[in-house]
Amino acid sequence: MTPAIRLEEVSVRYKVPRERIGSLKEYAIRRVRRRMSFDEFEALDDISIEILPGETVGIVGRNGAGKSTLLKLIARVVPPTAGRVIVVGRIAPLLELGLGLHGELTGRENVLLQGALLGFSRAKMKRRLDRIVEWAELEGFIDAPIRTYSTGMTARLAFSVATDVDPDILLVDEALSVGDERFQMKCLDRMESFRRAGKTVILVSHALPQVRDNCRRAIWFHEGRVVRDGDSATVTNAYHEWSLQPGDPEATEPVVPDAAPLPRF
Amino acid sequence: MSTAAVPARGSGGVPLYDSANRGSRVLEEARALWSYRALVYELVIRDIKVRYKRSVLGVFWTMLAPLLNMVALTLVFSSILKQQIRNYPVYFMTGSILWTYFAQSTSSAASQTQDSNELAKRIYIPRSVFVASSIGVGLVNLVLSIVPLLAILVATGFPLYATWYFLPVAVFMVTLFAAGVGFFLFTFASRFTDIREMYLVLVQTWFFLTPIVYHPSIVPAKFRLALWANPMYYLVRTFREPIYDGMLPSSRLIAASLALSLAVFFAGWVYFCHRAEEFAFRT
Repeated sequence: MTPAIRLEEVSVRYKVPRERIGSLKEYAIRRVRRRMSFDEFEALDDISIEILPGETVGIVGRNGAGKSTLLKLIARVVPPTAGRVIVVGRIAPLLELGLGLHGELTGRENVLLQGALLGFSRAKMKRRLDRIVEWAELEGFIDAPIRTYSTGMTARLAFSVATDVDPDILLVDEALSVGDERFQMKCLDRMESFRRAGKTVILVSHALPQVRDNCRRAIWFHEGRVVRDGDSATVTNAYHEWSLQPGDPEATEPVVPDAAPLPRF
Repeated sequence: MSTAAVPARGSGGVPLYDSANRGSRVLEEARALWSYRALVYELVIRDIKVRYKRSVLGVFWTMLAPLLNMVALTLVFSSILKQQIRNYPVYFMTGSILWTYFAQSTSSAASQTQDSNELAKRIYIPRSVFVASSIGVGLVNLVLSIVPLLAILVATGFPLYATWYFLPVAVFMVTLFAAGVGFFLFTFASRFTDIREMYLVLVQTWFFLTPIVYHPSIVPAKFRLALWANPMYYLVRTFREPIYDGMLPSSRLIAASLALSLAVFFAGWVYFCHRAEEFAFRT
């Protein structure tokens, strides 16, 4: 089976100037004095992963472990510095809920704008509008400017758009941490139906129970490398234990570098 | 790691992204821009809607602004400075609305960089949509400002020449030029935050170097070179002559304008495609 996502020895390095030089004036001054120094920051270091269509994969790790960079790499926002990334299928990124929403525009106008940001035509979005609004439970508010919405309402709208567009691969980054319990339940429900439809879901979360319950597989990242890749219960437990007493994660227990492809459901 | 076969193209129309097989950036960006044309449309709509929301006069501002401008400049230039220009209001407005189109769309391309890079760092969007939408907003405003121009034609009893049919060609050439300049500005502004301020000053100076409020004949011989080296001098003429003089621009003028616009457009596009992404990640 062709993997939905395949990373071959991928590294992402960011070049970070020691001092931020944002203006042409400063740049010219530095250039004349020949003082330009960069730090290289290795966000991902030689990662090889295969994710098959229909897998649900949770990504865990501390802040700065490379989780978000991984999603950006898959969403083709960040190009790899080395290695190769191959993604087969339409991706719906759910990186930050509410990104690209405009407060002065109405809910309806924002749905069309969000759809366009995800690469969909106006006609397609108009056909989906009713269903999106219904799922988000915003029937009475859809023609009000969204600056009048609560955080939860905005989150529902954004999640509804991103998941209604029928992607093959859904990328979820901490998106479920907003909203009330009912909203979170609905989101998880929808992810469940994605999974049953054989779609690939990648979930980045600090909420370990969420990963354990919703993902079959989990990958633990630490400082840009894969520490553990396997069954989500095992990986989240190992991560949890390590979190209580952080040390060298590689030293905790045997590493599973090349997890055999997990059975599909 | 198993070496599963990877198809070169997605089978059955499934989109495929392969970081190792990106091909020519110039073509890739063009294809991406085309497939995101709906976004360009939405961004233009958003800009126009947001600008006029919560304002009493709404879209009429776009039509009122050139009129007010015209009244002020007519007072200064024909009454006080006693310039000898036949029907100054029409002369000025033809140049001014075209200039406004150019200046607005290019400055907006330079101003959008920060916001749009924030967006493009989180989800995949071809960055050229932001330059395209800046041009699109300018174009909508240009079309709207034809209304006050027609009003002035009627009010001053100025003839509506048949040569107006040439205007789409003139606008097309300015659009190419503005897009080229916009691509350069967007790319520079991704790297340096002060480009926007510098350009706003530059564009103000450029306005006075272009014969819009004055007639080119008053430019002294020793400054003629500054006129000839200014692409906007030719572009304003291709737009003004069909409206104001009732004649088509000479074929030499058209050829020069087209060549300049095409050259700037392609240079800007190629530069943009090669550097915009890189600059955006240099934080």
